[in-house]
Amino acid sequence: MSKAVSALDGVTFDGFAKVEETRLRGMITVRGDLASKEMAAAVTAATGAAVPEVRKVTFGNTGAVAWMSPDELLVVVDYEAANTTVATLTDALKDSHALVANVSDARAVFRLSGDSSRDVLAKLAPVDFAKDAFGAADIRRSRIAQVPAAVWGNEDGSFEVICFRSVAQYVFDVLKVSAQPGGEVGFHCRA
Amino acid sequence: MSTRLTTGGRLLNKSKQVTFSFNGKQFTGFEGDTLASALLANDQMLMGRSFKYHRPRGVVASGAEEPNALVNLGKGGKFEPNQRATTTELYDGLTCTSQNHWPSLEFDVGVVNNYAARALPAGFYYKTFMAPAAAWKHVFEPIVRHSAGLGKAPKDRDADRYEHFYAFFDVVVVGGGVAGLMAAKAAGKVGAKVLLMEQTAHWGGRAPVDGGKVDGVKVDDFIDATVAELEVMDNVTLRNRMMGAGVYDHGYILGYERLTDHAPLMDGPRHRLWRIRAKQIVTATGAIERPLSFAGNDIPGVMLASAMRDYIVNHGVSSGDRVVVVANNDDAYRTAFTLKIHGLDVPVILDARPNGGGPLADAAREQGFRVENGKGIAKVKGGKRVTGVAICSQAGEGAVLEEIACDAVAMSGGWSPVVHLWSHCGGKLIWDEVQAHFRPDPDRAPTSHDGNPFVSTAGTASGPLKLDDVLVDGLKAGEAAAEAAGFIVTAAEAPKGEVHDEAPLQACWLMPQGAGPKLRMKAWLDYQNDVKVSDVKLAAQEGYESVEHTKRYTTLGMATDQGKLSNINGLAVLSDALNQPIPATGTTTFRPPYTPISMGAIAGEARDEVFQPLRRTPIHDWHEASGAFFEPVGHWRRPYCFLRGSESHADAVSREIRQTRDSVGLLDASTLGKIIVKGPDAGKFLDMMYTNMMSSLKPGKCRYGLMCNENGFLIDDGVVARIDEDTFLCHTTTGGAERIHGWMEDWLQCEWWDWQVYTANVTEQYAQIAVVGPNARKVIEKLGGEMDVSKEGLAFMEWKDGKIGGFDARAYRISFSGELSYEIAVPASQGRAFWDALLEAGAEFNIMPYGTEALHVMRAEKGFIMIGDETDGTVIPQDLNMQWAISKKKEDFLGKRAQMRDHMASDDRWKLAGFETEDGSVIPDGAYIVNHGTNANGQRNVQGRVTSTYYSPTLDRGIAMGLIHGGMKRLGDVVEFNKVDGSTVKAKVVDPVFYDKDGEKQNV
Repeated sequence: MSKAVSALDGVTFDGFAKVEETRLRGMITVRGDLASKEMAAAVTAATGAAVPEVRKVTFGNTGAVAWMSPDELLVVVDYEAANTTVATLTDALKDSHALVANVSDARAVFRLSGDSSRDVLAKLAPVDFAKDAFGAADIRRSRIAQVPAAVWGNEDGSFEVICFRSVAQYVFDVLKVSAQPGGEVGFHCRA
Repeated sequence: MSTRLTTGGRLLNKSKQVTFSFNGKQFTGFEGDTLASALLANDQMLMGRSFKYHRPRGVVASGAEEPNALVNLGKGGKFEPNQRATTTELYDGLTCTSQNHWPSLEFDVGVVNNYAARALPAGFYYKTFMAPAAAWKHVFEPIVRHSAGLGKAPKDRDADRYEHFYAFFDVVVVGGGVAGLMAAKAAGKVGAKVLLMEQTAHWGGRAPVDGGKVDGVKVDDFIDATVAELEVMDNVTLRNRMMGAGVYDHGYILGYERLTDHAPLMDGPRHRLWRIRAKQIVTATGAIERPLSFAGNDIPGVMLASAMRDYIVNHGVSSGDRVVVVANNDDAYRTAFTLKIHGLDVPVILDARPNGGGPLADAAREQGFRVENGKGIAKVKGGKRVTGVAICSQAGEGAVLEEIACDAVAMSGGWSPVVHLWSHCGGKLIWDEVQAHFRPDPDRAPTSHDGNPFVSTAGTASGPLKLDDVLVDGLKAGEAAAEAAGFIVTAAEAPKGEVHDEAPLQACWLMPQGAGPKLRMKAWLDYQNDVKVSDVKLAAQEGYESVEHTKRYTTLGMATDQGKLSNINGLAVLSDALNQPIPATGTTTFRPPYTPISMGAIAGEARDEVFQPLRRTPIHDWHEASGAFFEPVGHWRRPYCFLRGSESHADAVSREIRQTRDSVGLLDASTLGKIIVKGPDAGKFLDMMYTNMMSSLKPGKCRYGLMCNENGFLIDDGVVARIDEDTFLCHTTTGGAERIHGWMEDWLQCEWWDWQVYTANVTEQYAQIAVVGPNARKVIEKLGGEMDVSKEGLAFMEWKDGKIGGFDARAYRISFSGELSYEIAVPASQGRAFWDALLEAGAEFNIMPYGTEALHVMRAEKGFIMIGDETDGTVIPQDLNMQWAISKKKEDFLGKRAQMRDHMASDDRWKLAGFETEDGSVIPDGAYIVNHGTNANGQRNVQGRVTSTYYSPTLDRGIAMGLIHGGMKRLGDVVEFNKVDGSTVKAKVVDPVFYDKDGEKQNV
């Protein structure tokens, strides 16, 4: 798999927050009955994490699980583990009505770090990024400027923005414009 | 003259002098000046010309309500017209020019309109430019365009950047005066998350100018202390230079933050548009003073009394040495006092009330002012500057009692609360007879989704005008808003404001009240649009009763200031003319934004490279580096062709086709939609979505399918592959991927919610590359891997998973070109590597990529239809002779019922056929097939049209498909297509399959 490259090959930008494209990630769309025993077992088998609550991400030993909609999860694992995870999930859900699809290559992921990350995101997504409204293990499926995207919060205070691969350049560019020095808002992070 | 005083100027930094230019003249001012105050300080009272009559105009107000002092501001990429001098903070190097004058501000040719004013009354344009039709374009419009208009249009690209910002609050307070500060503090204290925004650079609003004490300390000190308290509250955000632009449903409010207008060299965005959700909105937007309507009230030097006070106290600028004060209320006496304190002369105070004013008037008399009760101004004397006033009795018709020389007039007709934001979302007003103004009716507030009010008002915006009442109202508004937002509030005691008794005002809508036509013609209501008392009277006389109609007929309140000064006066005059009470006339509708906001702020970051998202396939960079000439397909850019050397586009397309037909070509087909449909009911579902039978498709096989909407019209097509018993993969057109996915989900979620089907759009998971041509198999085999791609191993219309070279691939034996063809999907992250590997393996066959145009020509040679070419939303599959793709066995599918309707099932339709010109030429795009005679409109009758037309390099002649009345029954007929030059070209109706009719080439 050495030929696999992420959309922007790990590009970075240092503004008043730091923007970096992360390495490829294993991502699996799972649709099904989120309340079922089978789903709980499948997700745990694949990642060690539990089925997340609405707009939450759970973390396990081998991956994370994000709530996407009332009947959809996103399972995130190492890129190299994507195919085996698909197999694990498919097998665990073989007796229920479910859909498991590898979408690892359909996505690009950006990490946003620095004290002012929240202000950068708040320029682009109609989401309340206040610390008491959005923290670690929170996820929103929203938009970044003109394209669909999901944002989640990490333990270390950084954020991950997940978008479609075809618009990776656009998302990087709008993050860059929004993190440009001089554009500090000092709102979510007071000076 | 207007000049800088040695006293006053609380906002100035006198140690920091700045220079600026106006109409090329160099002036100086101080940091803290507005452009208007700095111009006044340099005795530049004349700031512009009016819109219609080109009358000389000076500044009237000191804030956002200013109608006259608009300038062309800045240069080049920083140029912006119609900027209010009163809200433009002065900075070093500012350049501006006055507007609407020619050739110069001092001498304006257009002022002849002024002398012809009698011939330019309300509705003049409607009455005059009716006929003849041609006269509008050639005579009237050029004249009107030259003489009307305000600022110039910018010529250069905007040099600044802009952005949006989303924020969420419990309580948003608009207006940083004492009421707003009180409200923010009250809400902040109980823990609400509060935003307080103020449109100017300073806190406290008018209070520091009007003076007074709060709890025994000067109001200025009270303001500073309150701001300091708010600043340390973590849950309160203070933003100045930020205007509440509009209030919308569900607590949505726009804040317009001007970041660098006061310092254009500063780094960063110029404006930031805050898109805010608030649980509660408190508008503490203050009030605006009304002008008085007397003859000559627009002559430079006639100003609002409060504005004159502002310029002295805030900027240390006098508007004149001898100022006549004219008013119908007590507040204007404060201007007289302020003028006197700063050493200026007030020859007379004209109080229109027969019994005069209250304690303030008494104080004025005690201080030696001459106060005349029951008197008003008959007319103002002067041209480009006030030289005096003629005094009359307010109750009379304007007989002049006395003339008094002066160089400025301070007028006050009372105060109107700024109700705009309250009204944007449906807040209603009540007429307050005592204060003679419309104020918000707290019982009819704008309501949110739950039926509860979400906007309230505080301070003078609610109606009360006195400091004490304002403080109480602000506190109560803040507490009520916090409570409505879910916080527990215990009522606090409001600080005590100093109280001065004031006598009530007396409404004064025309001065003198019996002014005749001559005076009314010079009594301005709307300065910016040149609407006078006489125009509104005329409108009423001509039958305009609705205030909205009168507004449009006279243009009252339609200028860039949206009638902030003129609305109430205008509708009072209208009410008088209609002989009805003011509330019966009502107001016009208040709409956002409060004052104009920049186009840049609305666009936000969307400019230059991020103007619009551009979708790129994993192979996009290679295309870009390899001569691709792109065409937009949705948000994608797909290569139309790949240019080599100096060849033309047409030559490139021909080369790509010949290479593909003769040997092998590559197509980046990654943009095609790919949707997984899975579940026990997937087959049943697809039988409904497609016209043909999909449930009978065997795993491992592919089938071409058509999709119609419920009206029977074709909306998409593509190849469906059955992956396993429960799973299908549906290919859509490039533009259809998101639309068809949404279409499927719509049916699954809204209609067939009990069917067990899930879908997933996996379009971008794969890079899909078509390897096409007689040598395609050899190229793939050369890559190696374990996949058997032989005729037997992977037959036409089959698919297979496996390794090709080192790649995880899924290969589909499908062909849109008529050649031996494999569409191979690999994970997108490996797409570029796979493309490179194919290029290398195909080098010996001279492999080359082809673009969308070659794809189009090759499919047209084969007679394959294209969604968007052969279809336009009105075409059904039967029109395209595709009955073979419509299942007769199925009980139902989307579009079936519609296709059975008479007109759809009729033979009397335009249907698909092929066309070959007799001379071999290419039929022009969009050509119609002409018929005999003309229709009722005198247009040539038509019997069909071309849908696809190309030069076919394979056949070396023009080929076309089109829809013709009778369709294939017309085979052999010779018809005529019209051409752009008016002539026609003859073409024979033929079979639309021009190449390899038996399909032998794709099936090898």
